Amino acid sequence: MAAVQETVDQVREIDVDQYKYGFVTDIEMDLAPKGLSEDIVRLIAAKKNEPEWMTEWRLDAYRRWLTMREPTWSRVQHPPINYQELHYYAAPKSMSGPKSLDEVDPELLKTYAKLGIPLKEQEILAGVAPENRVAVDAVFDSVSVVTTFRAELAKAGVIFCPISEAVREYPDLVRKYLGTVVPVSDNYYATLNSAVFTDGSFVYVPPGVRCPMELSTYFRINEQNTGQFERTLIIADKGAYVSYLEGCTAPKRDENQLHAAVVELIALEDAEIKYSTVQNWFPGDSEGKGGIYNFVTKRGDCRGDRSKISWTQVETGSAITWKYPSCILRGDDSSGEFYSIAISNGYQQVDSGTKMVHLGRNTKSKILAKGIAAGKSDSTYRGLVSAHRKARGARNFTNCDSLLIGNQCGAHTIPYLEAKNAAVQFEHEATTSKVSDDQLFYCMQRGLSQEDAIALIVNGFVKEVLQQLPMEFAVEAQKLITISLEGSVG
Amino acid sequence: MTAQVTPIRTETERALAERLRAAPALDSGARIAERREAAILAFERNGLPSRRVEAWKYTDLRALMKQAAEPAGVPGEAEHAAARRLPPALDIDGCVTIDIVNGTPQGTGRAIDGVTIRTLAEVAAQKDAVLEHLGAAFEERSDVASGLNLAFLRDGLVIEVAAGRKVETPLHLAFAAIGAQAFATFPRVLVVLGKGAALTLFESHRGSAGIAYQSNAVVEFVLAADAEVDHVRLDCGGDAALSLSTLAAKLGDRTRFESFNLICGPQVARHQIFTGGPGAYINLVLQGATLLRRQQHGDVTLHAIHAAPHGTSRELFKTIVDDEATGVFQGKIVVDAIAQKTDGRMHSAALMLADNAAMNNKPELEIFADDVQCAHGATVGELDQDLLFYAMSRGIARAQAEALLIESFVGEAAEFIANENAREAVMEHVRHWLWERAS
Repeated sequence: MAAVQETVDQVREIDVDQYKYGFVTDIEMDLAPKGLSEDIVRLIAAKKNEPEWMTEWRLDAYRRWLTMREPTWSRVQHPPINYQELHYYAAPKSMSGPKSLDEVDPELLKTYAKLGIPLKEQEILAGVAPENRVAVDAVFDSVSVVTTFRAELAKAGVIFCPISEAVREYPDLVRKYLGTVVPVSDNYYATLNSAVFTDGSFVYVPPGVRCPMELSTYFRINEQNTGQFERTLIIADKGAYVSYLEGCTAPKRDENQLHAAVVELIALEDAEIKYSTVQNWFPGDSEGKGGIYNFVTKRGDCRGDRSKISWTQVETGSAITWKYPSCILRGDDSSGEFYSIAISNGYQQVDSGTKMVHLGRNTKSKILAKGIAAGKSDSTYRGLVSAHRKARGARNFTNCDSLLIGNQCGAHTIPYLEAKNAAVQFEHEATTSKVSDDQLFYCMQRGLSQEDAIALIVNGFVKEVLQQLPMEFAVEAQKLITISLEGSVG
Repeated sequence: MTAQVTPIRTETERALAERLRAAPALDSGARIAERREAAILAFERNGLPSRRVEAWKYTDLRALMKQAAEPAGVPGEAEHAAARRLPPALDIDGCVTIDIVNGTPQGTGRAIDGVTIRTLAEVAAQKDAVLEHLGAAFEERSDVASGLNLAFLRDGLVIEVAAGRKVETPLHLAFAAIGAQAFATFPRVLVVLGKGAALTLFESHRGSAGIAYQSNAVVEFVLAADAEVDHVRLDCGGDAALSLSTLAAKLGDRTRFESFNLICGPQVARHQIFTGGPGAYINLVLQGATLLRRQQHGDVTLHAIHAAPHGTSRELFKTIVDDEATGVFQGKIVVDAIAQKTDGRMHSAALMLADNAAMNNKPELEIFADDVQCAHGATVGELDQDLLFYAMSRGIARAQAEALLIESFVGEAAEFIANENAREAVMEHVRHWLWERAS
């Protein structure tokens, strides 16, 4: 069945030429010379005032990267990337040292105001705390501009700061956990990131603490010919809970820009991490020119027993998305979740999915992935669910659906299910007709037209993914809620 | 970073490459010679596929193929006698049976009205026009198994069914691989059906027990418009055998192609299915069951391409994995942009009977048309404890209860075999397998 008109309209509304965040901030920048070499790696380390061990770590990664090759297994195509034509460090000149919000370049503040990112901490009036407060770390090209609510978080013992600062201030924590989930030479882009990462967020939630507010990082690429290589490390200690949000945008430019991030999550015993992303990098224009190449490695490690990691992503931007947020379910009774909606338009290429690696006993995972392809785009779900010898009682449920709008796009599903012991239960399904006749009959019997009935039922179905998103993303997600997946293919 | 890596060849690969060059080519025209050369070149370039080759990710042929066995010669009386002594894999009254020993057909069977059966050697000598269909359903260059089959091709069968001819007598091709030490056979069968023709074809494979022989069979079908095929394949090869098998079908308009495949025997088995073709309104049904135990390895890989509108495809594969065996299912449905209104459903279900069993599932969809219905499902799990309890609480012994559940699990895939005798033969193999398991 083809997509219903309502869905076609909704997807068109967020088509590539409707990109709202494509403006450029005119600000004087401090740029590293183009190209990549050991000197550049050292330069980045020096700019960040890093200790020697960190520099060595970076150099080791750089040397390994030189021996690696770009992966070619994914369903994305792009002209070869010239890694020597990029600036690996770009920071607003005015950001030479740590500053309070009052000292931040007003041009930058204007940028964030335009993007709708609150950088000013909301005052507590008459003792009434406003609801839904979010602590924000704003990363502009290679540096963190400001991190809000730090004092209040510190009261709860939560560390939330740029990772470059964490390397200096909390070296023990960083050394203990950095690179333990995504090893230095995990893959080509992760290794590159390990060598040249500039900023990103560091979160540590101490044992038993429930983080008092949502944490959020907002990434913005502004400068031309730069790549953004952020690194995020989140640790939830025993029994802790944290919810983290990530958003990203970039200006409209003709050339492609590279974004190769690494995100590592570590959940110790009974801890829970919820990681949500609304990815809205510039997708390229309607001719397929420009756009961000988004090669991202995201992985969570449920290290402790009964820990939980949940990934939620809404992917609408980027010329190329290459991203597989994964969970390593190491602890017994740990669980992983992955909820995803990927919408591609224009010439976008999406190759995304997840990996659920069951290592511990009685581990559980759930995957819900929805892909919508329109225009001349290609959308691929690629996922792995595996259970190792000792992962007795592993349980997985996977559901992935794709919807095509027009016949110039493609939707592909490539799931891998690997079971190495008998006591597992894996179910993978990609259903076509999600609207059961019974439900449809029920609604229509009460006077709804067929189209309305389908919209109603299917919206309820998509909400399953969207309700996993924190409230803060509700506005952006609102449009997507109305998208019907009727006529989708598995 | 762009340095060319020279692949390291294993002993088997080097020996195979030498044998390829030394093997005499079946003189079957310039087109086949060209394809054969391309297949040899591809082998010299790529060698045997390893885990790094996506299509062979779970069946590492480089590791599994331990030697380049010598191709078997023309069988003599001793081989024929040994073939006759093997227990029959399929014993159905009323079939026309043709024995194929080590790739060489023993005659062309009793005459069936409207069906022409000749040996491939004969057809090649006559330079018959039917040769144009050889290899028409797939591309050897990208597939090492059928590439090797073509390169070592010596003889086989060509079966033609006249237009409009609905053959009621089933045809049974009884393949036997006989030898006292490791050897390789490369049987090939081409079946061409005219417009509106219909044929039921059974294929059974047996071989010497305890001998590490390698069988690499290709059976290909070319169906003109409105033709229909019911195909059942039983792979009951020798317990030390490596059995590679390729089934290909080129489907015309409104054709119906149904195939069932049973694997229960060889040490390593890989059954590949390639279907595609120009026809609209095709009706494709692919089903099968794989029964594995000890350290057996069983792989079913299928690639169904919908290249025209209104096609229907149904795939259902069941895998039973016991002891330390490994099961593999890789299925791919491709829907081209013009293949609107395609309705495709693929399901793979695996039952794990022992702790050290392993199962790898990869059900893929590649869709370029927007008005289609395609779905796939895959499950892996152990026997349902509730059902087992239910049966046992009614006085059925555990072993029997398990056998009952497993039989019905496999039966779901086998129940659509149109020919009742063949269906019963398949289930008989399953019951025998279960009986061996229990005893």
